[in-house]
Amino acid sequence: MANVLVIFKREFQGYFATPIAYVFMGVFVALAGVFTMYIGGFFIRAQADLAMFFGFHPWLYLFLIPALAMRLWAEERRAGTIELLLTLPVTMTQAVLGKFLAAWLFTAVALALTFPVWITVNYLGDPDNGIIVAGYLGSLLMAGAYLAIGSCISALTRNQVIAFVVSAAVCLLFVLSGYPVVLDVFGAWAPPFLVETVSSFSFLGHFEDIIKGVIDLRDIVYFASLIALWLFLNVLALEVNKAR
Amino acid sequence: MEKRDGEMSELVRIESLVKHFGPIKAVDGISFSVRRGEVLGFLGPNGAGKSTTMKIVTGFLPADSGRVAVGGEDIAANPLAAKRRIGYLPEGAPLYSDMTTRAFLEFAAGIRGFRGEEQRRRVAETVARVQLESVLEQPIDTLSKGFKRRVGLAQSILHDPEVLVLDEPTDGLDPNQKHEVRSLIREMAPRKAIILSTHLLEEVDAVCSRAVIISAGRIVSDGAPEDLHARADGHNAVTLALRGVAAESARAALAAVEGVREVEEVGGGGEDGAGVRLRVRPEGGRAVALEVSRVVREHGWQVEGLMVDRGRLEEVFRAITAPDRTRS
Repeated sequence: MANVLVIFKREFQGYFATPIAYVFMGVFVALAGVFTMYIGGFFIRAQADLAMFFGFHPWLYLFLIPALAMRLWAEERRAGTIELLLTLPVTMTQAVLGKFLAAWLFTAVALALTFPVWITVNYLGDPDNGIIVAGYLGSLLMAGAYLAIGSCISALTRNQVIAFVVSAAVCLLFVLSGYPVVLDVFGAWAPPFLVETVSSFSFLGHFEDIIKGVIDLRDIVYFASLIALWLFLNVLALEVNKAR
Repeated sequence: MEKRDGEMSELVRIESLVKHFGPIKAVDGISFSVRRGEVLGFLGPNGAGKSTTMKIVTGFLPADSGRVAVGGEDIAANPLAAKRRIGYLPEGAPLYSDMTTRAFLEFAAGIRGFRGEEQRRRVAETVARVQLESVLEQPIDTLSKGFKRRVGLAQSILHDPEVLVLDEPTDGLDPNQKHEVRSLIREMAPRKAIILSTHLLEEVDAVCSRAVIISAGRIVSDGAPEDLHARADGHNAVTLALRGVAAESARAALAAVEGVREVEEVGGGGEDGAGVRLRVRPEGGRAVALEVSRVVREHGWQVEGLMVDRGRLEEVFRAITAPDRTRS
C-alpha cells in the first residue's frame, strides 16, 4: 500500500508539472458548461436540475478520458521508464493501481471544478441537491470505468495515438451497448439472454439510473467490477508484453 | 571455512539463461556468478545479448529457461526480495523527465521504503556522492546528458544495494565525466558485486576485475582483463627507438634473440630522421623485454625509447566475436 501511495503521488504531481492538467481541466469545465447551457437548453428547459449537465458526461468522457489515459503506460514504454519502474521493488498491481488512482483523483478534481454549474442552478431555482450529489458520484464512477479501459489499452502499445483511438472505440462500445447499433449486431444471431447481457453492460443504462437519484447497489457494483476487471487485464497486459 | 566464505560472497548467480524474441535466440545458455568485490565487465558486439541478460537479471524480463539468484533470492520466484538488493541503471538511463532531480530521487527513495528524515539523508548523501547539488531543482529534461546519466546512477545507488547492474554507465559522457563515474565505481567495488556492460574496452582496463565477452547470446570468454591482453597478437611485443645503428644490423641482432618471432622496422626515429624504430614480436606472447635490453646494452646502442605492448584488447575482442568465416 505504501508503494501505491508513492507511485500515486508521483503520478498526480506529474499532471501539474506539465500543461496537461490545466488544458484538460480548462477544456473539461468549459465544454461541460457549454453543453449544458447551450446545446442542452438549460435556460429554455427552465428546470432546476442538472440532468442535462450529467447527460452529456458520457459523451464528454468519450474523448477526454482516453486522452488522459493514453499516456499512462504508452508514455512509460516510449520513454523506457517502464524498465526503471518495474525493476524497482514494486508489484505490477501496485504500479497499475497507483497510476489509475492518480488519474482518477485528477478527474475528480476536474469534475469538482464544474461547481459553478451547481451554484448557478441553486441560484436560479431550488433543485434537489441529493440528486445532484448522486449525479456527481455516478459521473465519477463512470469516469473510473473509462479510465480503467484507457489504462489497460495504453499498456498494450507505445504509441499514444493508437492508445487514444482504440480506447475511445472500446469506450464507445460500452456506451452504445444499450443502443440498437450494437444490439442489432447481436440480435441477428444471439439468443435473447445474451442480447440482454450485452444491453446490461451499457454505461448509459447504469449511469442514467444514478443521475435520476436512484443509487442502486447494482449500479455501483457494475462500475466497480468493470474497473476491477479492466485493471486486472491491465496487469496481465503488462506481464505478457512489457518488453515491447 | 573457505568454501563457506566463497558461497556467502557470491551475490549473483546466473544459471543457463535462455531467452528468445520470436525466432531470434537473444540469450543462449549464459551462466556465471559474481562475488562481492568483483566488477564484472560485460562485453560484446551490439545485439549480442548484453542488455537482454541484464534485463533478466534485474527482473524486468522473464527468462524462457534458466534461473537467476540475487543474494540467494530467486528473481522469478521472489522478485521483490531480489529487486530490493539490486540497483539498476537501464540502458540509456531512462528517467521521468518532467520531474526535478530532487523529486525524482525522493520518489526512488520512497519506493525503496525510506521515509522522512531517513529519506532526506539518503537523498542528500547520494546527491553529494555523484555531485548533483547544482541541478537539484531543475527538471530532468533540461539537464545535459552527463547529468542525466548521473541522476540515473544516483537512483541506482541510493539504497546502497549489494548488487549493482549498470548498462553502459559511461555511454555519452565526456572524458572527465567518464573518469568520475569510474572512480565512483572503483570506490564502491569492494562492498558490492557490480555488473557493468560496455563496448569501451578501455573501461574494462579502467574498472573491471573480470571481463565476460558474449557473442550471439553465448559466453565466448571469461577471465581477468590481463588474460585477455595475453591473448592479443601483440602481447609483450617490444617497440624500440634506437640511434647510432643501421636498421639492418639491429634487426639481425634482435632476430637472433631466443623467443623472438620477427623484427620489423616501423619507421625512422628522432627529429633528424637518423634513428630507427623497430618492433620485436615474440613467439606466443613470451616476455622478451629483458633479453632485448641485454642485446641493446651489449651492442652499446643508444635507446631513445622502449615500450612493451600489453596487447590491444580490440584485437582480442574482434578475434573472438567476429563471425567465424571458416564455417560459412
